[in-house]
Amino acid sequence: MNLRPSRWLLTVTAAVYIFLHLPILVLMVFSFNDSKFSVDWQGFSLRWYQRLWERTDILHGLQVSLMVGIAATAISTVLGTLLALGLSRHRFPGRRTFMGLLYLPLVTPEIVVGISLLILFAVLGVSLGITTIVIAHVAFCLSFVVVVVLARLAGMDQHLEEAAMLLGADEITTFRRVTVPQLWPGILAGALLAFIISFDDFVITSFVAGPGSSTLPIVVYGMVRKNIEPSINAISTIILLVTATLIYLAERLVRAR
Amino acid sequence: MSAPAQQQPVVQFVGVSKSFGATRAVDNVSFEICRGEFFSLLGPSGCGKTTTLRLLAGLEQPDDSGGEVRLMGQPVNRRPPYERQLSMVFQNYALFPHLSVARNVAFGLEQRRIAGAQIQERVRRALAMVRLDPDVFGRRMPNQLSGGQRQRVALARALVLEQPILLLDEPLGAIDLQLRKEMQLELKALNKQLGITFVYVTHDQEEALTMSDRIAVMDRGRIAQLGTPAEIYENPRTAFVAGFIGQSNFFDGRVAQHWDGRWLLELRAGGALQVPHHPGLEQNATIRVAVRPEWMNLRRADSVPPGENVLAGTIRDIIYLGQTLHIIVAIPSIGDITVALRNEGQITRPLAWKRGESAIISWSIDDCQILEES
Amino acid sequence: MAWWREHALHWLSQRPRARAGALLAPGSLWLVVFFAVPILIMLGYSLMPRGLYGGVERGFTLEHYTRFIDPLYLDILRRTLAWSLACTAICLGLGYPVAYTIVRSGRWRNLLLLLVVLPFWTSFLVRTFAMIFLMRDTGLINDWLAKLGLIQHPLTILYTPFAVMVGLVYGFLPFMILPIYASLEKLDRGLLEAAEVLGARPAARFRRVTLPLSMPGVVAGCLLVFIPALGSFLTADLLGGAKQMMIGNLVQNQFSAARNWPFGSAASFIIMSLILLLLSIYLRAQGRVEAAR
Repeated sequence: MNLRPSRWLLTVTAAVYIFLHLPILVLMVFSFNDSKFSVDWQGFSLRWYQRLWERTDILHGLQVSLMVGIAATAISTVLGTLLALGLSRHRFPGRRTFMGLLYLPLVTPEIVVGISLLILFAVLGVSLGITTIVIAHVAFCLSFVVVVVLARLAGMDQHLEEAAMLLGADEITTFRRVTVPQLWPGILAGALLAFIISFDDFVITSFVAGPGSSTLPIVVYGMVRKNIEPSINAISTIILLVTATLIYLAERLVRAR
Repeated sequence: MSAPAQQQPVVQFVGVSKSFGATRAVDNVSFEICRGEFFSLLGPSGCGKTTTLRLLAGLEQPDDSGGEVRLMGQPVNRRPPYERQLSMVFQNYALFPHLSVARNVAFGLEQRRIAGAQIQERVRRALAMVRLDPDVFGRRMPNQLSGGQRQRVALARALVLEQPILLLDEPLGAIDLQLRKEMQLELKALNKQLGITFVYVTHDQEEALTMSDRIAVMDRGRIAQLGTPAEIYENPRTAFVAGFIGQSNFFDGRVAQHWDGRWLLELRAGGALQVPHHPGLEQNATIRVAVRPEWMNLRRADSVPPGENVLAGTIRDIIYLGQTLHIIVAIPSIGDITVALRNEGQITRPLAWKRGESAIISWSIDDCQILEES
Repeated sequence: MAWWREHALHWLSQRPRARAGALLAPGSLWLVVFFAVPILIMLGYSLMPRGLYGGVERGFTLEHYTRFIDPLYLDILRRTLAWSLACTAICLGLGYPVAYTIVRSGRWRNLLLLLVVLPFWTSFLVRTFAMIFLMRDTGLINDWLAKLGLIQHPLTILYTPFAVMVGLVYGFLPFMILPIYASLEKLDRGLLEAAEVLGARPAARFRRVTLPLSMPGVVAGCLLVFIPALGSFLTADLLGGAKQMMIGNLVQNQFSAARNWPFGSAASFIIMSLILLLLSIYLRAQGRVEAAR
């Protein structure tokens, strides 16, 4: 049976891939363009990357994004892993409904999550700042971590833990010496994904960020709306490369073993 | 007055039950296992044998109302697996994929905080005992081993701890036939050599008959019969046991008359058989009788020895099984009866019977197994 | 150190429910407080009259919902639904062949998959900006078209419905490809061989075996595109300008310039209800399929 795709299929696929990647490649290439206004190529230059260092708003945004990202990742990875462990190891009534509700944040539009949290903070009288951003990001990233870790747990042989207990290891030792080594790639992949989601998020963050706590995406958005200059290309390229690296790492981890 | 330690059973189940939701996987099961015994739990899938093993291991808890599990005379219902004096070999081996063979085997020893040099020594001995060269296999990872090798590592990991009881959950299931037969003999030899009590779960009745000192045949959560292989095979007590172990021909009838140590059984389908006396048989009771194919013989009309039951019929089919021949005889009103004869070599000494011929089946009256209500 | 641990473990092992509770509680609590409760409050807001500064006053009113009968807002709803459906259809038409090709691509499979996963996870903002960079009046497309002598004046590509549609498809295409790929990959090749032996030619094999068996993936992909498209905000905002408003933009507007939180909450809730309705239909249909097996 001939399995090679037909010419028509290959053409469509090639076109789609070009469509998906060309804009970004173009974006990256022009970040090195030695010209402020023209889309003509004026020569290779790193000046827009140097410009990034001068822009305190970008640097501050990067700093905020990293702080928020690390905090949100840490919290959502821990809580998400615990949730996944609880779900996979115990059968209880209403488990399926619970899992469904757990996935609700994944299908809820960011705009809805964003404004509902804004309202909550207004009602509670909490002033917006880095803390509110972290809280929002954890609420959103938690479900992602659960999905990834659950998938990893499902592939794990449950008899391994039983074998360890019969060899004399109590619950905590078993968790430490058998469960965690098995689970580790999944937890790490979940953490990486949570970080990427947090780092890249704009919509939700725009509602819950305070005046002094603009994350990098918020700064970039402002630049896109107001003054377009090639330094946007430069910062976009950096964001893309960082994301691509982390995604590649996460893919390798999920495939490991 | 307590029995001397020698004779006290190492495992006792006293009225143990285990339910999963509405289903009773283990239903009021009681038995005892003696020191050094090779004890098998045998039955079809879903009969509760694996659940029983897991209750013994502490991986499941009996129902609140459901009885007591005792090890060395001590009740251990609430004790976790790591506090019980037993080891287990799992069906799919459960080797730790992130640890080498040597570290897998050493795992339990490391838990006991034994000195490093001693651990190494004991690991080497355990691997040698299962015939794996420690220098070759010690550093390998589980995914580099074949199924048979993994199984040996799982065995070494369990044996190295020198626990008095070893549990095995269908360990030979995934291994091909030749190797399986070798391993059966090896396991039996280890049992005798080390004096460890083996509790073995299997659905393969031939395996259980080969290796066990005693077998508990389980059906739907209960023990149908507990006994030596000979008892189970030759004196099955219920229709289930008679059908699950080996093959049986079944006859239903009503007990009619009694004389001289024998009962006359009027078959429902017509005709009569004689059955030996059995305590509890009373007149007019309806019973079921089992007779194994290999206890039956084919005869010509004029050559039936006395003291045997006879049935007349026509040979419907002859099935070639290598070592034996199964002759299917159709008896009017009763149905098909299977007679098993030894194959003397069809090419050199062919059977004297052919398809379509009429023949007489006969068997000794004492070979009738009277079955209890299951 | 050891004795308290033994004690704690012993206590926990007696109470499997406490174990489950300890694991599930922290995460669930966070989601209840910071996800479920805010949405409920938002629902409450949508039923209260607008206050002086855009917040709410005490009271009960349905005016924010009835406001949607106004043709201006109906238009926005209609546009949102139409564009989301169109986007889903286009993504399906483009995405299915791509998924099919990836499954058949042999040793290139991992690379091709990675090249689809990358855009999936890359910042939506950055990707949308890439579109702007190409489509604006001083953008690359206009520049090249002018250089090729095909146009005299720059084409207005940006801030048109066309731009928003392209942006939506660009954003959501990977969401369609991945689930379809997943279900095609699970397809047992033996089934196709059996069909071939039974006399089915390639087109028939696709129509009668591959397509029906890949339906779960198709449905999942359509939901994964349609639902976010309904609630999408960035694309219409950056690529559509003020004239091409989707519901998402309407909501954002109420929380910034227009200062009408209850109305924005109502619009939000309408989006949520649409989505939940779709999901419950999907899950019920799935449940029926499972029961029939």
